[in-house]
Amino acid sequence: MTDKTQFMVVDEPFYQQQGNEVALYEAAYAARLPVMVKGPTGCGKSRFIEYMAWKLGRPLITVACNEDMTASDLVGRYLLEADGTRWLDGPLTTAARIGAICYLDEVVEARQDTTVVIHPLTDHRRTLPLDKKGELIRAHADFQLVISYNPGYQSLMKDLKQSTKQRFTAFDFDYPEAALETAIVVSESGIDQATAAQLISIGAAARRLKGHGLDEGISTRLLVYAATLIKGGVDARDACRMALVRPITDDRDIRDTLDHAIEATFAQAS
Amino acid sequence: MPDSDRKDNDSAAWRQSLDAYRAALACGFPQVGEVFDDCMHDALTVLSPAGVSAYLDTGRFLGGMGRGVEPVLTFLEEWPPIARTLGEEALPAIAATIRELSKSPNAKAITPFLQTLAAVARRLPSRPQIQRYLDLTLEFAARTTGSIHGIHQTFASPGLPEFFAQAPTLLDNLAIAGLRTWVDYGIRNYHQHPERQRDYFSLRSADSRAVLQRERHGTLLVDHERLLDLYLRALWHDSAQLVPYPTDGEQSPPATPYYDAGGIRLPDVLDEQHGVSAIDCYRAMLAHIAGHRRWSQPMFADNISPMQRLAVEVFEDSRIEALVLRRYPGLRRTFLALHPAPVEGDCDPQNTSCLRHRLAMLSRALLDAAHGYHDAELRKFVGHFHETMAAGDSSSEEIATLALAYIARTRCQSDQLAKVHFADTEIAYRDDNRHLWRFHERSDDEEMFDEHRPTAEVAEPDRLPPRHYPEWDYQSESYRPDWVSLYESLHPAGNAADIDRLLEKHAALARRLKRLLDLLKPQEKQRIRYQEDGSELDLDVAIRSLIDFKGGATADPRINMSHRSSGRNLAVFLLLDLSQSLADKVKLASGGEQSILELSQEAVSLLAWSIEQLGDPFAIAGFHSDTRHDVRYLHLKGYSERWGDLVKGRLAAMQAGYSTRMGAAMRHAAHYLAAQKAEKKLLLVLTDGQPADVDVHDDRLLIEDARKSVEELDQQGIFSYCISLDRKADEYVSDIFGRRYSVIDRVERLPERLPELFMALTR
Ligand SMILES: Nc1ncnc2c1ncn2[C@@H]1O[C@H](COP(=O)(O)OP(=O)(O)OP(=O)(O)O)[C@@H](O)[C@H]1O
Ligand SMILES: [Mg+2]
Repeated sequence: MTDKTQFMVVDEPFYQQQGNEVALYEAAYAARLPVMVKGPTGCGKSRFIEYMAWKLGRPLITVACNEDMTASDLVGRYLLEADGTRWLDGPLTTAARIGAICYLDEVVEARQDTTVVIHPLTDHRRTLPLDKKGELIRAHADFQLVISYNPGYQSLMKDLKQSTKQRFTAFDFDYPEAALETAIVVSESGIDQATAAQLISIGAAARRLKGHGLDEGISTRLLVYAATLIKGGVDARDACRMALVRPITDDRDIRDTLDHAIEATFAQAS
Repeated sequence: MPDSDRKDNDSAAWRQSLDAYRAALACGFPQVGEVFDDCMHDALTVLSPAGVSAYLDTGRFLGGMGRGVEPVLTFLEEWPPIARTLGEEALPAIAATIRELSKSPNAKAITPFLQTLAAVARRLPSRPQIQRYLDLTLEFAARTTGSIHGIHQTFASPGLPEFFAQAPTLLDNLAIAGLRTWVDYGIRNYHQHPERQRDYFSLRSADSRAVLQRERHGTLLVDHERLLDLYLRALWHDSAQLVPYPTDGEQSPPATPYYDAGGIRLPDVLDEQHGVSAIDCYRAMLAHIAGHRRWSQPMFADNISPMQRLAVEVFEDSRIEALVLRRYPGLRRTFLALHPAPVEGDCDPQNTSCLRHRLAMLSRALLDAAHGYHDAELRKFVGHFHETMAAGDSSSEEIATLALAYIARTRCQSDQLAKVHFADTEIAYRDDNRHLWRFHERSDDEEMFDEHRPTAEVAEPDRLPPRHYPEWDYQSESYRPDWVSLYESLHPAGNAADIDRLLEKHAALARRLKRLLDLLKPQEKQRIRYQEDGSELDLDVAIRSLIDFKGGATADPRINMSHRSSGRNLAVFLLLDLSQSLADKVKLASGGEQSILELSQEAVSLLAWSIEQLGDPFAIAGFHSDTRHDVRYLHLKGYSERWGDLVKGRLAAMQAGYSTRMGAAMRHAAHYLAAQKAEKKLLLVLTDGQPADVDVHDDRLLIEDARKSVEELDQQGIFSYCISLDRKADEYVSDIFGRRYSVIDRVERLPERLPELFMALTR
């Protein structure tokens, strides 16, 4: 059997709680309910799950889904070897066997058939059929399935089916409010509180333009990037333009406005 | 009463009122008869009852002038859109101008004047601006009429009709003050030469163009509304109508920015000042005003002298700026550059009132730590100010106390003198502070309830019986059953070639879309490679895998491929809001203008063409409403119909009118979409305003109902998505559609954005 220690989250990840999500997650885990975390990109979904795995002392197996991924990539496959074939468990199967938390990041990216294989794991059956191997796995008592999902895709094709959605309990994340987000940026990058607060206010400005030519505002992740650049010695204005504005827009009016927000936010050396 | 009876009565009543209006116009031209009903429809959606009678009065005057049908015809058609831009209150001034012209030999110029007035109004969208234009018009007429070779007042002005024709183009480049200078040059040089005058005012002569270039300067507010709107939103979480006012050098004191219920008023044109770009000057004005809107509280002015008020305003302005700079310290450089730096001792208190100078110095000192002034009292109060601010945001009231103390300490006899020192005391980016003062005697309750409702119903004997839909009443949290009557009918047909022409115009865009579409298009048989199980061996991969295997490496077992036909299993429905506001015009970046309706026709045609390429089942319908008894649902394209001349013809005949009762229309569209067998169902709603109807006075009601209908559609597995052309959509659109919406700020880009959005949604 697979060694589960390799999947343990050893050091406590820094996670800034936004509300009572930690307690709620613990309750969902206690009942082994499947969990879905929703929210815009870079708002801390992955970090939250990592933290919960650490807190619960469970191994965590993360799968970043992509559009080429098929059911076999999750479940497992036969490998051809010199002296015959050998079955290799996929990450989902491994998680079900060892009782890990299995985190399927951005499930909507994967092909349709992959979402179907998770269905039997998410209801009372808690089983995973390995059709090719002719085996039916009963999930370990500690196993839990978590998926993440960014409804901000605004794509109909990449929406989850109702029948899939309705198998999960859900957390709806959003960018943290200013004080928390400042704390996150400070802790992640090591810059000072005041500069972090300035970055957060630029982020807030951009988020107000959502729907007016911006599909998504500036993510917490990008704010951490900008802070990291500043910490590394880059001029704050350059760092902001590079990490906050250029990645998110090609619209001239929006770029001008955000560039102006940067100029206005940082006092010039006189 | 059964609905159908009610309808007939209403239609008869409507006919009757139309006849009454027609009688009031008292004008027998048959050509007027042809357009009258349409004009009245349009007029009733914008004008109050008083406005309607003024409209008919002016029409009657023009019809009876003895100058043929043209003037009255033009006026009837042009006035409603002008009123939409300027408000119906603009009519008396315009009518007075028309009367003046009719009394002069220039009556022939009335039609050209009216023909471009709507376009002129869009460039000069406030009444003070348009007044300058009217004044200029009369002055032009007076100075160029009839005095040639001493013969008095017999010749019409040769240049005036040319001028009217060019006015929109000129105003694309000039503010009203620049236009005046350009006109003045032409009149001074050519009032004696009819031919050359015509050349000048039709922009054909070289000097005419040269003067235009010379006068063309600065940054026009109308051209940067979106940028400033984004600024206000992003940095100040605020939004307001930005209304330009005319600027010219002659005025003194110069007009200042201000804001009131009608919006934020800013100069129509600005130049770079003291090294600050025009846009940053506008932003400084908006920052100051946004600061007031956030932090100022109005005070009663009754017991304060004008001098004290001036001081209170200066202290309050400085407080606001201190708060603005706490947020955005980077603005300090801008404020410092724009704020005058009065020189100590420039004003002599022996013979001049120095109050303004004293206060401007103080204001400078509060902004600029390096002010270098020596005056002890000033330095002391600067200290007090900063101590007060150090404790927090302070308040208008508290800072006013400080201001009154300052006045008391520094008052001197000469403050009362008539000779006032003005130099270096104008702080041009600050508003006039009218919002700061309240007066006990004035009643605040000026709100007038206007019960005017444009009743408009057209007899349509051949329509189907209505379908009834419920409507959600959010206050009682319940449905009102069978509340809305929806009539479905085929959209009347127009000329399909019109649509082909629109498509031709966008040939380049269509080519670009085609490339994107090809990527999305399901191949007849799509090959899916790298499959462990599949219908066929993928030879390339298999051989590579075998080589790996023979070489002792792990072989990739995904050596099969399979085929899938059409990857898209999607049905689409496009629902168009055909309410009156669609007739509004927008200015194009390329110059010129276009109605939103026409842009929508282009956009819908391109979208329909795109979807046809992809082969997704696709239907289109439009809707508008005139009370809950009459929601009209107009069928444009059904799922079984091809994108051909029939459908194009209907699209070509599309018209704007009435209101937007969105929920019922969405429910009805959903009923068609639900019958489709596709796996995914998409309802696109294209609208330019919020749900509203003339019989609903609670703004939330139809918004909440539309939200409810989105929920219902969700339950049926229909994904609804809104494309809004309303820049103010933020206030309600996410309440209805959640995150599923886009606002298209630049309406002129709709033709490319709509297909792009569709492709992004279904990629
Ligand atoms: N609550 C939080 N506590 C600590 N760090 C956070 C928090 N929220 C966001 N972050 C920071 O933001 C970064 C991005 O977060 P994360 O990777 O969890 O985003 P995500 O929501 O999973 O995004 P995506 O949808 O793009 O995968 C993290 O690396 C971390 O630096
Ligand atoms: Mg993530």
